[in-house]
Amino acid sequence: MATPPLTQPQLEAILDQALDVELSFRNTEGPAQRLARLPRTEQELVLELVRRLASTHVELGYQIAEQAPQALAAMDERGLTSWALHAADVYDRVGLRPALLAIREVERFLREGAERAAGVVLEEEGRVLLPFLNGLEGRRLQIEQGEEPWTDTEVLYLPAVVAHLPSREENFLIYKVMVTQLWAQVRYGTFRAALPTALAASPTPERLLGLFQACEETRLGARLARELPGLQRDLTHLRQRLAVAPPSAAWQTFTAPLQQADASAEDSLLLACSAALHLVPPAPAVWCGRLQFDAARDRMAARVEREKALFRLHLANLLEEMRQKGALLEHEPRFTTRQRDDTPESLELILDEIAVPLPAGVRRLASSILLDLSAIPPDYLVPAGPGEYDPKLYREEQPDLDNLWEGTYHEIGAHLYDEWDYQRRHYRKRWCAVRERTLNPVHNDFVALTLARHGPLIRQLRRTFEGLRGEDKVLKRQAEGEEIDFDALVESLADHHDGRELSDRLYAHRQRLERNIAVAFLVDMSGSTRGWINDAEREALLLLCEALESLGDRYAVYGFSGQTRKRCEIYPVKRFDEPYDAAVQGRISAIAPQDYTRMGFAIRHMIQLLRQQEVRTRLLVTLSDGKPDDYSDYRGEYGIEDTRQALIEAKRAGIHPFCITLDREGSEYLSHMYGAVNWVLVDEVRKLPLKVADIYRRLTT
Amino acid sequence: MSAHVSRPEEFFITTEPYYQPVADEVALFEAAYHNQLPLLLKGPTGCGKTRFMEYMAWRLQRPLITVSCHDDLTASDLVGRYLISGGETVWVDGPLARAVRAGAICYLDEVVEARKDTTVVIHPLADDRRILPLEKRGEQLAAGPEFCLTISYNPGYQSVLKSLKPSTRQRFVALEFDYPEPELEARIIVHESGLTAELARQLVKFAGMTRNLKGNGLEEGASTRLLVHGAKLMAAGIPAVGACRAAIAQSLTDDPEMLAAIDELSSSLF
Ligand SMILES: Nc1ncnc2c1ncn2[C@@H]1O[C@H](COP(=O)(O)OP(=O)(O)O)[C@@H](O)[C@H]1O
Ligand SMILES: [Mg+2]
Repeated sequence: MATPPLTQPQLEAILDQALDVELSFRNTEGPAQRLARLPRTEQELVLELVRRLASTHVELGYQIAEQAPQALAAMDERGLTSWALHAADVYDRVGLRPALLAIREVERFLREGAERAAGVVLEEEGRVLLPFLNGLEGRRLQIEQGEEPWTDTEVLYLPAVVAHLPSREENFLIYKVMVTQLWAQVRYGTFRAALPTALAASPTPERLLGLFQACEETRLGARLARELPGLQRDLTHLRQRLAVAPPSAAWQTFTAPLQQADASAEDSLLLACSAALHLVPPAPAVWCGRLQFDAARDRMAARVEREKALFRLHLANLLEEMRQKGALLEHEPRFTTRQRDDTPESLELILDEIAVPLPAGVRRLASSILLDLSAIPPDYLVPAGPGEYDPKLYREEQPDLDNLWEGTYHEIGAHLYDEWDYQRRHYRKRWCAVRERTLNPVHNDFVALTLARHGPLIRQLRRTFEGLRGEDKVLKRQAEGEEIDFDALVESLADHHDGRELSDRLYAHRQRLERNIAVAFLVDMSGSTRGWINDAEREALLLLCEALESLGDRYAVYGFSGQTRKRCEIYPVKRFDEPYDAAVQGRISAIAPQDYTRMGFAIRHMIQLLRQQEVRTRLLVTLSDGKPDDYSDYRGEYGIEDTRQALIEAKRAGIHPFCITLDREGSEYLSHMYGAVNWVLVDEVRKLPLKVADIYRRLTT
Repeated sequence: MSAHVSRPEEFFITTEPYYQPVADEVALFEAAYHNQLPLLLKGPTGCGKTRFMEYMAWRLQRPLITVSCHDDLTASDLVGRYLISGGETVWVDGPLARAVRAGAICYLDEVVEARKDTTVVIHPLADDRRILPLEKRGEQLAAGPEFCLTISYNPGYQSVLKSLKPSTRQRFVALEFDYPEPELEARIIVHESGLTAELARQLVKFAGMTRNLKGNGLEEGASTRLLVHGAKLMAAGIPAVGACRAAIAQSLTDDPEMLAAIDELSSSLF
């Protein structure tokens, strides 16, 4: 028997508490009243979502409570959860107002009269839509959430939820059709048309825009029917389900020229300009948003300049590489291009009459250029001269770190890592902007002094570590091997003589027991390490490197610190492929306390780096002096839980995490984060490298 | 361990293998062969390297000995070893020694997969000495003019561990292989599977889509080999989307979302 639903007063009390009404003055009577009509399971789900979202912002929780009963009329419980979490992500990305809008989108479907629908949300379907989009040829495009479908030629904006039809499959198809339509606009040159000029000259620009858009829909529809015939099935199905009327006979006749294989956007524009006054274009389908020509043109202009510079730089690099390989080039080598058809794949780069293979990256760039300009213009084929290096043009990132605080620039040029919000029980997507910063080597007497002072310890460590080193081992009595095991042979022949069975394990196999290990050391460079802790860290690192050199494992050392999620910084001290040398020693000397200890991002970054190491055993050793902590939002449980989550991700990636701490009060949170056995407390610097040797022995022998 | 050791097969190829030349590789191979230069075939898996070797062996009328390398392959596996037979130790040539003696074409497929020390035994064969030392027998085999050493290597693997050492690769004349041009690839598919030209072209287009995903969720795109597999299923009456999934997508990834995306791609095409 189902549990009876909660009553209105019960619900009101729970909501009051979850929403902190004493401080927020929200009236929970209305939502409680509507929630009271739901079955208990749905009530529980809504209350759960309210609590989770209120932990981010009370208003989000309140709005969920307000909207959920209606939303449940349009979606199943799974859809509801995704929708609520999606709103939380929008809040993370762009703030409260857009998040509230995202919540209210549900009202919009209801107004549009959808039946009880299994709506699909971009947040989920994007995981399939994005690789689908990437599989289509052309420029690599991104997907983001927007009010309606449109593209700026680099990003496709799609609505947060689609619930036009009752089944998930059909709603997904609508997304898929949106993606292909927008992709086709970019791929088949919609934005190459001189629409802005035509609009400026037109007495009825609104009408012209509508006509052009309808013409393009017709032209691209025909193009897609040829290129992606399978998609036509989906389109026919959707048109029928959504009762979309076929275009009028007049329209079909009018746009017949656009059915041609070589019809261009310019043809659409000419046709649109010539339309008779009484011609009515068909209404746009739900998957066609409005063209945002200005935004696309702006993007295009910036890209054209950047890509030209980049392309010329690539050509210069190509020549340089060929010269280094000893190719004899003409005094002034001339590049030209050849193209079989309009596909980027058919582009060939010719250098003095010989085709040069395009590296994958250059090919991608070239295909992006072709999408904008349909050919590589001659001035692109002049290799960049030595003085023409303007990094601003070559990189999208503006590495002016002081400006990173402003606007969305904090994301430019950074690795974006998710962060775990334990209250929401959900990742904040692409939340931390992480950059690798250079640590300029400091050459003072620190290295010499430390090495002198700890000479005996270093020798001891080396011996210990040498003992761990892999050695050749001869395995006897093997069925296969490089050498005959004569002992076994003699024995076996004797056995044979006595009428016993002849053994076939007569070989000796030399087995190299290779140490197949990569270890990353992650060093806390937060402000709290100021003073003796920092000294201790630097000394320990130096001793460690000295010892590790005798072991021959792959190792790397990185420092980390930062302030807020927008400025998460990683300082490479020694990369995996870098030798231990004076520069590394100088960087160890340069390790200095910085800001806060936001820890999750640093671990996630190390996971990426360790993953690239082809070894059997991967270790992540963190040196820290205390709890994870940051400016404001990373305090307490939040930081601990995120760090713990990052460590779980590490373990899932086959990495063994360890922590060496200097925090005497750390046992509780460290056991929670790392597990009881995977951390050690060190209270004396002398012991630090020794402890690491311990960990090594435990893990690697 | 014996399960991993592949037994190379020695044979003369008597009927002409179907091979579509892609560029000037046939002429290059012949020129290198007649000048006794060893060859390195570079290229992703499934793009026709093995087929090319079969074709060249047929053209040059030499036996072809193929060894698929793997990480347990030892130098003795290649060169030879003593075995015990009837109470006596008997030397048995490995495939490389047999190839040298027979004046065959020896093809070491995916040579970087072999242990590092294994690749070293081919060095004296790959420079102008052209000898194979049989250390255990205190003997040296000199290769005759018909012998040819060819190795293959897939530069697509990004790992540092799986790249070819410069000291090895600099001994070889390199032939670069890639997936054939769309038209050619479609023709190969038609020939190998009997699928219609129209569907074969669509399959090649589908392959292009998966190749766009390389480095973006997929390690490799669909190879010609996988397309041939898919085409055979389709020619046997399996609907295209299902055939693409079974023969191609499933070999490229296990990720459910990626599989779903690839399904959407094939269902947009067929
Ligand atoms: N140029 C070609 N001519 C004929 N068949 C080819 C060609 N390229 C690829 N194929 C087909 O692809 C399949 C796989 O090629 P294979 O030679 O085994 O690849 P690799 O050795 O490069 O991994 C062959 O069995 C053949 O069906
Ligand atoms: Mg092969």
